[in-house]
Amino acid sequence: MKPPPFDYFAPQTLEEVLQLLEQYGDDAKVLAGGQSLIPTMNFRLAQPAVLIDLNGIRELADIQESDEEITVGAMTRQRMLEKSVIIREKTPLIFETIPHIAHVQIRNRGTVGGNLAHADPASELPAVMVTLNATFKLQSLKSERWVSASDFFQGMYMTALQPEEILTEVRIPVQAVTGLYGFEEVARRHGDYALAGVSVLVHLDENQNCEDVRITYFSVGEAPVPAHNAVQFLTGQPLEDEIISEAAELAANNDIDPHDDIHASAKYRRHLAKILTIRALQKAKNRNKPN
Amino acid sequence: MAISISVTVNGKTYNHEVEPRMLLVHYLRDVLRLTGTHVGCDTSGCGACTVVVNGRAVKSCTMLAAQADGAEITTIEGLASNGDLHPLQEGFREEHGLQCGFCTPGMIMTAWQILQDNPNPSEEEIRHGLEGNLCRCTGYQNIVKAIQYAAKKIG
Repeated sequence: MKPPPFDYFAPQTLEEVLQLLEQYGDDAKVLAGGQSLIPTMNFRLAQPAVLIDLNGIRELADIQESDEEITVGAMTRQRMLEKSVIIREKTPLIFETIPHIAHVQIRNRGTVGGNLAHADPASELPAVMVTLNATFKLQSLKSERWVSASDFFQGMYMTALQPEEILTEVRIPVQAVTGLYGFEEVARRHGDYALAGVSVLVHLDENQNCEDVRITYFSVGEAPVPAHNAVQFLTGQPLEDEIISEAAELAANNDIDPHDDIHASAKYRRHLAKILTIRALQKAKNRNKPN
Repeated sequence: MAISISVTVNGKTYNHEVEPRMLLVHYLRDVLRLTGTHVGCDTSGCGACTVVVNGRAVKSCTMLAAQADGAEITTIEGLASNGDLHPLQEGFREEHGLQCGFCTPGMIMTAWQILQDNPNPSEEEIRHGLEGNLCRCTGYQNIVKAIQYAAKKIG
């Protein structure tokens, strides 16, 4: 047997899940798609005493839309996002991102909630959720609260979730018609964790100057990293080649603090961040069709 | 702690008591003795353990046997019918799509999914579809050809 022993629960309602979490707290792990947790247990890096399987909770697996936002249940498979017309039309940034998340067998099992709650700093979806200004619903038996994506991710595999809480729902504001976007990453093989990556979302004002800019990196820090300096620099400026290059330079030098590891040096990651920012902002720019 | 499961594999229904920590791949191999599905990396990286669960290709090393309760599973052993190879199996033979063969069952089950989603995939679509499967003997050229062979034959 690869994983260490654990007690297994497969509740059929969210209420039962919350009761089990209340009872077992820190001793329990919630099993969503299992695409990170089970390998970690196979290596015995994680040894939870109790596993609470969410795969029977049907109410957590759907995608809904209203005029302003899209609601995605935590147990929605990544493959469902990939195939969703709502996602393709209303949040094209997510649609463009999904093919970069691992590969199809993993996306068949992997879930949105599991992907976010695992909070791997090299993961795409957390950074994209920060860029899109998404909010997450965290529920326990006794409370229910909403936390913004930027407050949710607190460090490497660390989130705002308390031991008795579970992420149940993600709300994503619909990208307005003027929301120009871009997603870029570099990985050694397609589907591997990226060495560096970035997602951008830009709104222009009536003079074609940047009004609301969001740039978020992944795999260059402990959590998704917002590019505060670059955003400040871009605001009020037109999306022109020279300005894009300068913003990318600023972000790579001042907004991120990447690590050296066996996959890439910090210096190389900075270089990638700069080039990828230029490409992503160029993509956003090329999507602009002024009247 | 033992869990009762009822699983349909290659059209036959099995009932067993399993330990919660038993991985689906070990259930298939060690309990059902269907050893065509291989264990490669145990981390969902290599794709050798790919099987089809309820119509979707998944890596059976990252799913618990307990989670397969009620599921319909197809493994490499379930593809041939009445002694006739599935066109994908035939394609791998005709196009020399394997050397050592370790990755082959996973390649074929993933290819099954590729053709299920798109009966007439381009070379690029086949290569993208195979991203989750590693072959360490050689390149992927003949594997791609084998899938093209099958697509043509089925089409």
